[in-house]
Amino acid sequence: MRKTFSQWVLYIALVVLFLLHNDFWLWDNPKVVLGLPIGLLYHIGFCVAAAILMALIVNFVRSYYLQNEDIDE
Amino acid sequence: MIVTIVIFAYLGLVLIVGTVSHKFFRGTGEDYFVASRTIGPFVLLMSLFGTNMTAFSILGASGEAYHRGIGVFGLMASSTALVAPCVFFFVGTRLWSIGKRHGYFTQVQYFRERWNSNGFGLLLFVVIVALIVPYLLIGVMGGGITLHQITKGQIPQWLGGLLVGAVVFIYVCYGGVRGTAWANTFQTLVFMTLGGAAFFIIVHKMGGLSASLAQVAPDLLMHETHIKPLELLTYTCIPLSVGMFPHIFMHWLTAKSARTFRYPVMWYPICVAIVWIPSVLLGILGSVDIPGLKGPEANSILVQMIERHAPGVLAGLLGAGVFAAIMSSLDSQSLSIGSMFTHDIIRHYRVRFDPVKDGLSEKGQVLIGRLFVFGILCLTYLLSLVLNRSIFKLAVWSFTGFASLFPIVIAALFWKRSTKYGAFASVISVVVLWIYFFIQGWEAPGYTVGGSGVMPVAVILAVSAVVMIIGSLISKPPDSAIIQKFFPSQAKQTDS
Repeated sequence: MRKTFSQWVLYIALVVLFLLHNDFWLWDNPKVVLGLPIGLLYHIGFCVAAAILMALIVNFVRSYYLQNEDIDE
Repeated sequence: MIVTIVIFAYLGLVLIVGTVSHKFFRGTGEDYFVASRTIGPFVLLMSLFGTNMTAFSILGASGEAYHRGIGVFGLMASSTALVAPCVFFFVGTRLWSIGKRHGYFTQVQYFRERWNSNGFGLLLFVVIVALIVPYLLIGVMGGGITLHQITKGQIPQWLGGLLVGAVVFIYVCYGGVRGTAWANTFQTLVFMTLGGAAFFIIVHKMGGLSASLAQVAPDLLMHETHIKPLELLTYTCIPLSVGMFPHIFMHWLTAKSARTFRYPVMWYPICVAIVWIPSVLLGILGSVDIPGLKGPEANSILVQMIERHAPGVLAGLLGAGVFAAIMSSLDSQSLSIGSMFTHDIIRHYRVRFDPVKDGLSEKGQVLIGRLFVFGILCLTYLLSLVLNRSIFKLAVWSFTGFASLFPIVIAALFWKRSTKYGAFASVISVVVLWIYFFIQGWEAPGYTVGGSGVMPVAVILAVSAVVMIIGSLISKPPDSAIIQKFFPSQAKQTDS
């Protein structure tokens, strides 16, 4: 199955998100923001971003497997 | 006394939920081991999540955060939030499809046929069982610690572990994977709710989050002091273990359809955050509340805080939440091992337990599965009596082994040219390197390769992948019949 443009965009977003997991710029920052340590807040935001991206992937990536019920029958 | 009553009442409730599912039991092996592939999206999400979150994410995470601070969330929680759903999407859906097409119950059945090798199936069986035992230990030991602490030592640790094992054995035996999935769903909801409740109550009693955080040592509020950048980077390999966990594979096979995976893929990251935020924060606050705990002693920090700030009925309920997390993993793990023993050893090697000449009857499959669940739980319990190690450390070594096997499943699913020789070489490299790093790192707290921050899993994974590729390329390509069997869509495209 040929990959669509949106599929490529979402895959690239996945790689970018993976890279963003490494928050080196907050490494030595113990500041508390919105009641939480900023390093922790960042990773909570990361979880939310991961959920959004995965929702986009299951809805927009033309997955052979997710779009074909009982494909083997 | 009230605490004990509440916990026992909770255990009774779990037994009821697990055993009620028996009403839907169809009496077949397929129903016992994969719920006749009828599980819907919500129960699949809850059972996958509940299975993957164990004493490791409740007691281990708070214990580790006690020593290492907020970085623990980045190390394990947020990396899992991204990696695990990706594995569900790219690997889980494919394995579900193949499992349904060929009627598989276990990973070993798939890999054995994929590379047409009995020897490889046996090797993988041994490796998986050896790696799952430490993971099972986490649950039994966590149960013992929890009950001992929360009852102020009235119930000894050995009895707590025994109780957890006994309850799990009863509902797994009675309800099979459907009972396990239902009990997991119930227990996952319990530990998510009660974990949040524990957090708010304890923080409130401590004078609020801001006031409590102000007392925490700054080094626990950032990564720098306790975590190296390379450690964070290479730790993201650990969640790949979900691709090779036998209990996750078993739950994948229970899905009604491939579309059932949508919920777990989308909602898994949020579920991870809901459980890990309270665990990590309470671990950090514990360093202020109950300072001075050394090494594995910190595994009980959460229970100690509950006991200090929320005594009585509430402590019982919150303790039940910890029990919920523990048992929702232990059940699936023991059942998956029971399934593997039944299908990969007894059934495969055609031991004649009944009049059916070429295998086991449906009843026989269920009986053998139950017996092996009993055996594995007994063995784990006995080991828990003689071992006393950090729960977190045990989990990380178990995860390291499973994650290092990940190239096997990727090669099986995506690389037609992969061969049994490549797979053999890959698994052997994992075994050798795992043992080497285990010996090097077991007694060294925070061990990384050469002190560089690189986790052993990254090295083993890389070697395993390279060995898989080289081993496959230098051996004879697989038969076209195998390719036709496992890559039907590509085969059709090539034909047309």
